[in-house]
Amino acid sequence: MLSYLIRRLLLMVVTLFGVSIAIFLLLRIVPGNIADILFDSAGLIDPAEKQKIVADLGLDKSWPIQYAQWIGGLFRGDLGFSYVSEKPVIDEILPRIPITARLAGLALLFAVCTGVPLGVISAVRQNTWLDYVLRVVSLSGLSMPSFWLGLLILMAFVHYFGTIPIYDREPASFWAWLQMLVIPAAAVGFRSSALIMRLTRSSMLEVLRQDYVRTARSKGLSEGAVTFNHALRNAVLPVITTIGVETAFLMGGLIVTETVFNIPGVARFLVEAIRWRDYPMVQNLVMFIALVVVTVNLIVDLAYMLVDPRIRYGQ
Amino acid sequence: MSRLAICLLMIWVMTAGSAHAQKQGGVLRVTHRDNPPSASIHEEATISTDMPFMSVFNNLVVFDPDSAQNRLDRIVPDLATSWKYSDDDRTLTFQLRDGVKWHDGKPFTSADVKCTWDMVSGKVDGHMRKNPRKTWWFNIKEITTNGPLEVAFHLTDPQPSLLVMLAGGFSPVYPCHVPATQMRTHPIGTGPFRFVEFKQNESIRLERNPDYWKKGRPYLDGIEYTIIPNRSTAVLALEAGKMDMNITGELTPELVKDVQAQVPSMQCLLQPSNTQGNLLVNRERPPFDNADIRRAMVLSIDRKAFSDILGQGTYNIGGAMLAPPEGQWGWTPEFMATVPGYGADVEKSREKGREIMRGLGYGPDKMLELKVSTRNIPDYRDASVILIDHLKSVYIKAELEPLDSAVWYARLARKDFSVGMNVQGTGIDDPDVQFFENYLCGSERNYTSYCNPELEKLYHQQSQMKDMEARKKLVWEIDRKLQEDGARPVVYQQKGGTCWWPQVKGLKLAVNSIYNHWRFEDVWLDR
Repeated sequence: MLSYLIRRLLLMVVTLFGVSIAIFLLLRIVPGNIADILFDSAGLIDPAEKQKIVADLGLDKSWPIQYAQWIGGLFRGDLGFSYVSEKPVIDEILPRIPITARLAGLALLFAVCTGVPLGVISAVRQNTWLDYVLRVVSLSGLSMPSFWLGLLILMAFVHYFGTIPIYDREPASFWAWLQMLVIPAAAVGFRSSALIMRLTRSSMLEVLRQDYVRTARSKGLSEGAVTFNHALRNAVLPVITTIGVETAFLMGGLIVTETVFNIPGVARFLVEAIRWRDYPMVQNLVMFIALVVVTVNLIVDLAYMLVDPRIRYGQ
Repeated sequence: MSRLAICLLMIWVMTAGSAHAQKQGGVLRVTHRDNPPSASIHEEATISTDMPFMSVFNNLVVFDPDSAQNRLDRIVPDLATSWKYSDDDRTLTFQLRDGVKWHDGKPFTSADVKCTWDMVSGKVDGHMRKNPRKTWWFNIKEITTNGPLEVAFHLTDPQPSLLVMLAGGFSPVYPCHVPATQMRTHPIGTGPFRFVEFKQNESIRLERNPDYWKKGRPYLDGIEYTIIPNRSTAVLALEAGKMDMNITGELTPELVKDVQAQVPSMQCLLQPSNTQGNLLVNRERPPFDNADIRRAMVLSIDRKAFSDILGQGTYNIGGAMLAPPEGQWGWTPEFMATVPGYGADVEKSREKGREIMRGLGYGPDKMLELKVSTRNIPDYRDASVILIDHLKSVYIKAELEPLDSAVWYARLARKDFSVGMNVQGTGIDDPDVQFFENYLCGSERNYTSYCNPELEKLYHQQSQMKDMEARKKLVWEIDRKLQEDGARPVVYQQKGGTCWWPQVKGLKLAVNSIYNHWRFEDVWLDR
């Protein structure tokens, strides 16, 4: 187990190194840099002044030197300065992480708490009207773009309640705070929830036909015990894998949701930073997101052992 | 009743009652469209910086907020209490207000005025990243001070419009003792509101300056701009009452209608945004070095169609100068009808264009193929699509080439385009600003490198004229020549909407500039 953990941690380092190279190169291959964008915003084209900014920011240095400076800074805990705000990157990123983390956590919670039970119900009540309704709901979740769903929710709130659940730094009440978090989380988690629902359903349908489930029933166990203790526990493994994958996909959904609900989180900030070609900001944010994704995937792999005692790593 | 009179009446009605019963307190909540590049007005050329930060500062002089039209004869004192031209009109001397303090407690003096304009005119290196309006100050020879409360601008030639440029929102006085880096992130001014916080992509917060030199002002406790890049969300937030007003000029005519339909009590004004769509033709690249081809292209344009499609028929049609009634210097409809390509009979113009093209060997079977390059954002893209359709009428088959914003200006700088569709704004409705910024030989924003030395003499001639009516006539002729030469054919003059809830009182917008009335010192909230 320990050797497996060490191996995985080493693999994480290699993955993160690969990500750092990829993001560094991709950013520089994309046409335009911060000087272009700054001058674009002022409608100017004087190459001499532009070159001065490029030199000031060290963008005229060779790529290996720029990369070494960035990675060296990372190891020293110095993430550099944002090209746009001219403030330390860490000061820009840190306050935004809890906002996105809360939203992502709630979205995942929503996805699991609705997706798994509804998938189980759909499987247990296969080919009943309830199953049909749930299948339509899950298909809608997979096919509706989250920006469209988000806007529909906002419009409905404005029309029916005269309020709008967008981000507010100082929410007026607990209800407002709850609204502000739960509704965007539901909007972004709906797709994941639908996916988990469909996966749980198909996985459950397969397990419910297994011999050991029939044996459990013939032993006289209650239907609840059969479904949850015997069937679901065996059916849930692919769902756990999906949760790991969905964590990465969630970032895409969060970008849209943070934009529509005007949440000042990491995802929206990343898009803006890319638009501005704010290299230090983008590089460090992508590294942070990559770290989160590989860590979640490690946790998911370790969670298999808890769910299925037959799985033992490193043996 | 003229359209201007209607506008003035509308504004008076909207702001009626603001002269009495003002209430102190409250925070004005405004939607903001995007993250400002910085907080330094002198380094930016966008309303995203100008509107939120103008109230942090004062100018030497300012456009009279009670006048809907920003113009030379409606300029009032701000940090300058009075001003006087020398007998030869080459020295403009300001007497400055005594006892004014910067937000950090240091006293404001004539040295601050001198160092601000020494910096923006490029006489000293103020460590600015950009200096987008350096051309505005081409005529300043020297700035001198005479004690802490007197400053003089010495000019190469007489220039009445200098006062107009000094009165605009883009001309605040900066403190000498604060470095440019800090002005970009934490500006210090003398204005009615103090800077509190600028959170990237999130919000800008200002608070009341209790030591403001204008006693009893401002009424508001603060202003909070929430950056909402998604326009739909911003409109819904406004309609839901979460916001008091939107950033100026951001709503399309269609959205203004929608907002007023959803909230009938909402006050809205559709005003020219000082932004015009214009055609860029690279006159150095064959076959566009041929003036006839450029002329044929201009003759294909149906300007009314642009206005109808992009602005539901609300956009102004004119030349380089903003059209009346909002604009002070634009052509009258009668004059405009005499300018080639501006007549009511578009088909006749297009026939002339086809004739030119046939003479050059083009026709329905042999069309000239080109790319229309433009920025890949809706304002630019939509206009380009219409342009491509119009060009077909003169045997030109064009293809759209949408470019990322970062690439667009770099391509313009390298002259790496044949034909481009550009949308561009100017800070003030004034001929000096327009001509020297965009049409002077070698000026930075002269993207097509149009250079006409004869016309350049006329730019200077109009700039020195004191008789405004005579100057206007000359400006019309210059503008006509610019359009005839296809320097940068103006296709439409854009309008944008500003909406605010009825509880926002004392708000006075200008009809010929979106950049100038954002001091907010007379605004109060009735809630």
